[in-house]
Amino acid sequence: MAKRELQEINAGSVADIAFLLLIFFLVATTMDIDTGITRLLPPIPEDKQDTEVQVNKRNVLVVLINRTDQLMVRGEFGTRVDELKGITMEFFTNPARSTELPEMEIKEVNFPPGSSPLLPVDGIWRGNVSKGVISLQNDRSTTYGKYLAVQNELVAAVNTLRNDFCKLYFDKEFDDLNDNNPIDKEIKDGIRSIYKMNISEAEPKNIN
Amino acid sequence: MSKFSKKKNTGIPKINTSSLPDIIFMLLFFFMVSTTMRETEVQVAVKVPEATEVRKLEQKSLVSYIYIGRPSKALEGIYGSEPMIQLNDKLVNVEGIPAESVLDFVLFERENLPEIDKSKMIISLRVDSNIPMGKVDDVKQALRRAKALIINYSARKDYRNKGR
Repeated sequence: MAKRELQEINAGSVADIAFLLLIFFLVATTMDIDTGITRLLPPIPEDKQDTEVQVNKRNVLVVLINRTDQLMVRGEFGTRVDELKGITMEFFTNPARSTELPEMEIKEVNFPPGSSPLLPVDGIWRGNVSKGVISLQNDRSTTYGKYLAVQNELVAAVNTLRNDFCKLYFDKEFDDLNDNNPIDKEIKDGIRSIYKMNISEAEPKNIN
Repeated sequence: MSKFSKKKNTGIPKINTSSLPDIIFMLLFFFMVSTTMRETEVQVAVKVPEATEVRKLEQKSLVSYIYIGRPSKALEGIYGSEPMIQLNDKLVNVEGIPAESVLDFVLFERENLPEIDKSKMIISLRVDSNIPMGKVDDVKQALRRAKALIINYSARKDYRNKGR
């Protein structure tokens, strides 16, 4: 009997099959990565009586957005959104120790010992921490875009302050610190407690 | 007979396509790895605002989505053009009370999370930039009542104003 040669499998359709799969994945999947600004909502107070907390007037930066998307910051009407970051940073640092801007209190924050040449050996930082709080209020007709732009500027101000501190003391970007590394985590938490994201949002109400 | 025979005109030579499947497979694997499955069909038109301070949402399993926007062109005839709320993949009925629906939705979604992650639940608000805040405030109040306090205002990275 004649020896049969091994027949080659026709592979011409493999490309078609792969194309089919490719097109399926193109249609059924998306590429967009979810990004956004994460914020914490205040819990609803259990006891209505305790909601009125007395805060010194100089410690509050009131940011109002009216129904036509105009800003009012500290009683001044017509602030532009791009001015807000500077105002917020000045508010939280109070470089001239003005009596109009928030009080500062001396605070001690523990950093990992030996993590920075600018800190004492035990890693305890002593310095001024602002008592400032930002109060953000919006109208029901304010557009969401404007609201988020304002939120973004306020968050940007705090992020910049944190980042500057981190660069000065630890020679690193705040965002480059790794949350899974215990030392980095301690540094991050320490900086977070120096520059708190104190943005309070009032109970919704109509402002004019 | 000469050593250098004249070339015979054989027509267009066939292109070797044996590597075509490999190329297509390469593309296929690229798309399989770099994309994620489309899970919800968004029925409201949402164009999220741009912001500079955005961070990536890392743990997608903890995230539930609330969309707020005007109904998309195809659904305008049915629902009109008033802003509507979509919870993951279902629209809140026009007759339904939004606050109650959001509350139910959060409780339901939290039920589906493993016990240790229940407190870490993230609500991603994907809201169109032109929606009035009233609608968003209502949802936020409902979220506070449902004790879903970690929220994420979805925004695209704004590259133009970076470093300002």
